[in-house]
Amino acid sequence: MSGMTITQKILARATGRASVAVGDIVEPAVDLAMSHENAALVMNQFEEIFKGTSLTPTVWDPSKIAIVFDHRVPAESSKTATNQKKVREFVRAQRIARFHDVRGDEGGICHQVLAESGYDRPGSVIVGTDSHTTTHGALGAFAFGIGATEMAAVWALGRVLNVEVPATIKVVVSGDLAPWVGPKDIILSLIGRLTAEGANFRVIEFHGDTIEWMNTSGRLVLCNMAVEAGATSGIVPADDETVRFLRSEAAVTGELDLVCADPGAEYEEVVEINAATLAPQVACPHSVDHVQPVTAVEGRRIHQIVIGSCTNGRLDDLETAARILRGRRVSRDVRMLVFPASWRVYREAMERGYLADLVEAGAVVMNPGCGCCLGIHQGALGDGEVALSTTNRNFKGRMGNPNAEVYLCSPAVAAASALTGTISDPRY
Amino acid sequence: MSRVVLVLGDDVSTDAIFPGRFMATVLPAETPQFAFADLADFNKGVRDKTITPGSAIVAGHNFGCGSSREQAASCLKGPDLTIVARGFARIFLQNASNLGLRTIICPEIEASEGDEIEATADEIVNVTTGRRCRVLPLPSARQAIVDAGGLVAYARELLIAERTVTL
Repeated sequence: MSGMTITQKILARATGRASVAVGDIVEPAVDLAMSHENAALVMNQFEEIFKGTSLTPTVWDPSKIAIVFDHRVPAESSKTATNQKKVREFVRAQRIARFHDVRGDEGGICHQVLAESGYDRPGSVIVGTDSHTTTHGALGAFAFGIGATEMAAVWALGRVLNVEVPATIKVVVSGDLAPWVGPKDIILSLIGRLTAEGANFRVIEFHGDTIEWMNTSGRLVLCNMAVEAGATSGIVPADDETVRFLRSEAAVTGELDLVCADPGAEYEEVVEINAATLAPQVACPHSVDHVQPVTAVEGRRIHQIVIGSCTNGRLDDLETAARILRGRRVSRDVRMLVFPASWRVYREAMERGYLADLVEAGAVVMNPGCGCCLGIHQGALGDGEVALSTTNRNFKGRMGNPNAEVYLCSPAVAAASALTGTISDPRY
Repeated sequence: MSRVVLVLGDDVSTDAIFPGRFMATVLPAETPQFAFADLADFNKGVRDKTITPGSAIVAGHNFGCGSSREQAASCLKGPDLTIVARGFARIFLQNASNLGLRTIICPEIEASEGDEIEATADEIVNVTTGRRCRVLPLPSARQAIVDAGGLVAYARELLIAERTVTL
């Protein structure tokens, strides 16, 4: 028998089998099922499943469900507020413990909250009603996005139905990144090479010395955007850094199972990236795979800069921005919005002075949340305006206006560009 | 026979199908009003029902890429459309089969708005142009759910079997 990839090993264990092969149909047990505001739709479908049966609608295991409000916090309309109210009532009735409401102590963007709260475990199966659930592969989990009805079935049955074991693309990243070049530039470059559907129905497994040296924050960036190449999931082999993060930053105790790929694991494709020669990258409108080095779009006039989202709103992202902006001024041609990824990130950035640096430079620090990225909660663009953003998608209409444009980049490119009001190279 | 009412290119995102700014609307009965909200003519056709049930959207590769929002599938299921694409993004394809939205994978599909197309299990015939294109089967994991009439019915049967035994 040939060896298994990380994904195969996790799925084998989650189905109680010795091994699974690519293409097998399996029904893995779920360790963590995450939803955000769209829990309102999951609830509706969950009740539909129970309709006509004599059974009471109860979730299979309330300790394995997480619900985090992050898309519209605080509620921007009575409709959202009513949906959130219904979800709160459901959470209480079903005794769901991992609930993160609009709170300054434990709120934030779902993907950041899951990681920093210690809910992610290597070797586990995580599903979320959010396509960026791929993020949690950074901690060695097999994590993927599903729709609301599929989540309703998970809430009822505790497993994901009819999952086809995906093939894996191995991405090997080697070399030291140049100053002002980071994980975002690696993943944008990879998406540009693979295209927006190049990894559709496949998993991306990240290897190489660049990944081994990378901290968890950077790995979260890579896995977060794996879905932009169509990937079912991104995954980084769990290692000492994974253990360090979970123990010291997420207060995880107990045994950890660091699942690795077998030496003879079969990969559908191997892609190599030389990190040492990589320049800062920018994804141009209106597709995430329309990627160019920053030098190709330098000087493009922009109107709004956004630093934040589940991709790049963590402490080191804010630190990078603060270092560039400290004692300087955001250009009067541009407005700059900063959304810390969670309230924990917010508080730490406040304690370290990053928020003061940013605000004194002219940036506006918003409350943690992800609504700006998809144009549903603050920071919408005007007709003909151009945004430069550390978020993850630039589809037409993404930031709330189909007559606007969004460029995607790293926090370093975003902050350097804030000084000039045009897309700028942070290296100069 | 289906009339092609909309022809689109590659990488049609769920932000195009169901723009994020309408996402507070979640119930399948209410989502069709925002289907392709930024394509004014098409959206009007859905709202005033001049686009008739059984009509088809033809698209390129990676239809439904991006967000997992199920509204993108339910807003097309409501007016009973068929989506013929050269390929679909994974989550969209799952949402579609879960909700019973008809999706056909047809790697060489070519059609213009107004064409009439006829689908069989193996091919799509563009009746207007005479062109025939092969159809790829849905992933078998998806077909089982389609055959059951969607995931709600599929999951309900399992639920009754499992909880009745264990309770």
